[in-house]
Amino acid sequence: MADKSKKLLEIKDIDVYYGAIHAIKGISLEVNQGEIVTLIGANGAGKSTTLRTISGLLKPKNGSITFDGENIAGVKAHEIVRRGISQVPEGRRIFAEMTVLENLEMGAFIRKDKDGIRADMQHVFELFPRLEERKSQEAGTLSGGEQQMLAMGRALMSRPKLLLLDEPSMGLAPLLIREIFKIIEDIHASGTTVLLVEQNANMALSIADRAYVLETGRITLSGTAKELAASEEVKKAYLGG
Amino acid sequence: MDLLTQIVQQLINGISLGSIYALIALGYTMIYGIIKLINFAHGDIYMVGAYIGFFAITQAHLSIVPALLISLVTTGFLGMVVERLAYKPLRHAPRISVLITAIGVSFFLEYTSMYFVSPTPRTFPAVFGDVAVNIGDIVINGQQLLIFGITAVLMVVLTYIVQRTKLGKAMRAASYDTETAQLMGIDSDRIISFTFGIGSALAAVAGVLVGIYYNSIDPLMGIMPGMKAFVAAVLGGIGILPGAVLGGLILGIVEALVSGFISSTFRDAAAFAILIIVLLVKPTGLFGKNTKEKV
Ligand SMILES: Nc1ncnc2c1ncn2[C@@H]1O[C@H](COP(=O)(O)OP(=O)(O)OP(=O)(O)O)[C@@H](O)[C@H]1O
Ligand SMILES: [Mg+2]
Repeated sequence: MADKSKKLLEIKDIDVYYGAIHAIKGISLEVNQGEIVTLIGANGAGKSTTLRTISGLLKPKNGSITFDGENIAGVKAHEIVRRGISQVPEGRRIFAEMTVLENLEMGAFIRKDKDGIRADMQHVFELFPRLEERKSQEAGTLSGGEQQMLAMGRALMSRPKLLLLDEPSMGLAPLLIREIFKIIEDIHASGTTVLLVEQNANMALSIADRAYVLETGRITLSGTAKELAASEEVKKAYLGG
Repeated sequence: MDLLTQIVQQLINGISLGSIYALIALGYTMIYGIIKLINFAHGDIYMVGAYIGFFAITQAHLSIVPALLISLVTTGFLGMVVERLAYKPLRHAPRISVLITAIGVSFFLEYTSMYFVSPTPRTFPAVFGDVAVNIGDIVINGQQLLIFGITAVLMVVLTYIVQRTKLGKAMRAASYDTETAQLMGIDSDRIISFTFGIGSALAAVAGVLVGIYYNSIDPLMGIMPGMKAFVAAVLGGIGILPGAVLGGLILGIVEALVSGFISSTFRDAAAFAILIIVLLVKPTGLFGKNTKEKV
């Protein structure tokens, strides 16, 4: 098992704006090697903005983002993947007009080791057997759950050290949500560190080591997943109790 | 000649002209696909391609194939330079600014060319002599054979690049969703540059072929075919490669039939009339998908 005291990702005091809109107001968070950390919060809290900033799609106005010992704030998105961060974006964003196989190939865009790519694709097919059955099919014809699986498989194809997941349960039936979370645990067990954004706080807290609660651009609570699951505030606001 | 022969003959003429439109339309549609820009300067890139081919043949005394290759490479490179200098700095600017810039680039290319090569039309040398294939009363001349051959080869090569190569797949991914493509490690700036290169190279070939077909080139020769090719791209569904080819062929065929059977006066009107009809019936173009509206 990985050394959970080593910081893999450390965000310090970042502010992110969309024009004049101040979406992230000085948040700090960290993810240690080998952890599953979850970021929960209501609609519009800034969860996706945080992940998009880590991935380099947005640039923080100030503060730092350190990954694996290097400052990556302001590094371009297509470079960030090469550093070892991969994202499953909100709403899956699969390439609908390309085949399942081509989507996975795009996930491996930064790699040149043909054998390794083939082996990893096989691994993705083991995680998601339904994708293998549909590999020559246009991705847009997949069901919502299958598209989620494809987006996850695609993100794994770059062999990330850190996997960012933005609401993987969105729009899925309960049974499928359980399946997806089981797979997140499998991915984690095979050595990938995970930062999971969820509105489904129940499920997220059940698999995470630690958690942060985000409210309108600020982190209002943080702690181990157990602590947060037991906290009255969290129960009231996010666990429907 | 009986009517059927005449129709077939006009179809052949139409497909030749349509192939040219298709080659130009492909560039329009590829560039639109990736940065949502109607590149008004595309017709002028085609003109520059024609001139480069012209000088390669007349000054450097090259034969047609090397001349085509030189024009293709040089013009492709020119397209990349134009993108780098004129459009890249406007990546995050409002779309209208980029559109106006494209019009500016168009004038710039037209009038700089006039300065350097003079506005007088040049006679494109006959590269083929009088080769022609006769099937009964139907004539396919050497220029047409060349157009069919070159266009077919380019379509195969382009399809291969777009469907099979890593760069081509990255291009499709980035056209579909630039941001997610970046998350895959695809450098969208590089892909955009590459797309301008390919689109401009295809236009250059069209330019040289038109020079050979009509024997005459001039610095404003890109305006009308540029517009027609744009119509072709919209007709087929802008952003969709097979759509551009189909749109180009339809346009060419209609123009040939109208000039052959009605009057060439109505040729251009017919082209735009088709556009209007198609857009009324199917606003997204023949191959366009009605469902997806990307944000
Ligand atoms: N492109 C944008 N332009 C302007 N404001 C934006 C943009 N994207 C997000 N915002 C704003 O930033 C804030 C944070 O949005 P974000 O998408 O990060 O929330 P979220 O926590 O992911 O919400 P959800 O659970 O609904 O996905 C919101 O107030 C939102 O309106
Ligand atoms: Mg979100």
